[in-house]
Amino acid sequence: MDTFITWFVGLFSNWGVVWKNFDYLLVGAYPQGPLGGLAMSIIMAIIGIFGAFWIGLAVGLMRLSKRRWLSWPALFYIEVIRGTPLLMVIFWFYFFAPILMGHSVPETESAIAAFIVFTGAYVAEIVRAGVQALPKGQMEAARGSGLSRTQAMTHVILPQALRNMIPSFVNQFVSLTKDTSLAMIINVNELTLSARHIYTRTMKAPMEIFLTIALLYFIICWALTAFSRKLERSMSRYQARTNER
Amino acid sequence: MKYTFNWSLIFSGEYGQWFLDGLSVTLQLSGLSIVLALILGTLLTTMRLSRSKPLEWAAAAYIEVFRNTPLVVQIFFWYFGSDPLLPEFFKEWLYKQNIEFATGVIALTTYTAAFIAEELRSGILSIPRTQLEASRATGLTFLQAMGHVILPQAFRIIIPPLISQFLNLIKNSSLAMTIGVMELTYMARQVEAHTFHGFEAFTVSTLMYLSLSLIVSLAINMYNKHYLRVGSR
Repeated sequence: MDTFITWFVGLFSNWGVVWKNFDYLLVGAYPQGPLGGLAMSIIMAIIGIFGAFWIGLAVGLMRLSKRRWLSWPALFYIEVIRGTPLLMVIFWFYFFAPILMGHSVPETESAIAAFIVFTGAYVAEIVRAGVQALPKGQMEAARGSGLSRTQAMTHVILPQALRNMIPSFVNQFVSLTKDTSLAMIINVNELTLSARHIYTRTMKAPMEIFLTIALLYFIICWALTAFSRKLERSMSRYQARTNER
Repeated sequence: MKYTFNWSLIFSGEYGQWFLDGLSVTLQLSGLSIVLALILGTLLTTMRLSRSKPLEWAAAAYIEVFRNTPLVVQIFFWYFGSDPLLPEFFKEWLYKQNIEFATGVIALTTYTAAFIAEELRSGILSIPRTQLEASRATGLTFLQAMGHVILPQAFRIIIPPLISQFLNLIKNSSLAMTIGVMELTYMARQVEAHTFHGFEAFTVSTLMYLSLSLIVSLAINMYNKHYLRVGSR
């Protein structure tokens, strides 16, 4: 019983380490030093999803094209990226950006580039699925009313398809937020590396530190997932009505 | 910066062997984890769909927590932080094992199980409820009905998504390098550090991952073809 009590009290005695370093977990050494921690994770995720959206949109549409010189490179890109671990892609950018650019590239930038290229392939599949999910009649009617294929795409198909894709985009953003933790492997000071810094410096309370950052990630991801589920529900209600004939 | 390619260096001597060793550890890690994750995932789904509210909530909470936190953080938690939580006899047993590999298996299993549980659940929910009611009415218990009627049908539907979960698991196993498991990505990094030929090292390992995922994708396609033929009969 006594050992149980010491064990139980021990579970709560180390949280001071987390509390003292909580600002480091949130923003790193900022404003005295470089930005880090959770703020860095969120910034990388937002820039990443923004870049990935445009790449994914372009590649997704290329993939749907009837011209093989457009659809095959898109297919190749999507399949290669989806068959490769993100860690590999991060290493690719980390080691080859300097060789290609001819000068050194900051870790944060090569990590963000890796996130954009990696997530782009997944967004491309979302775009493809979203466009294909629309009834064929939409395209036919748009073409029938005299629009070109490009015009029909930009004015009729995409505005509807993109709207339906919003929940999937939110889910992809959640994945990316979790994926930003991998940037630690090339020394980007985001939330996970900040936690490791604290642990390395204090050599204390690893359970408390990693539980805390798990909770921080969880709050963000879970809130966004709940939001996307809600969106999905309200949208399916809307769609059910429009599909009634 | 000037970079000269040297492909023969990568395959010569010990380096070629390193890649094969890494590939073998990757396969062991993912193979062991997928089996354990299937067991844990099935257990979670059964809890989630049971009539008991506490069991249902416990499973739902587990799934939400493990799906909404990064795998790296989970790996670090198990590796550095789980010590105060584990019972003494388990620790004694664990420290006799290859601790990095064991931690990798635990983290990958618990993470993947949450995703598998969700796939299983949607597979089971796609089986009409009347199937369960009918089997209950013929006198089977809930567990018997699950085991003999619902799950065999559900597994057929969810095998393609399960295979792609396996694919994700293979890719996720690369994260075990963060705690020093000598799998494929770790070995590629090692070869890079020894030879300074990162381009070749990462090309070889990327190709290995790509062939693994190609094989798995082919398996899905063959299954779908077979399944569709059976279904249309």
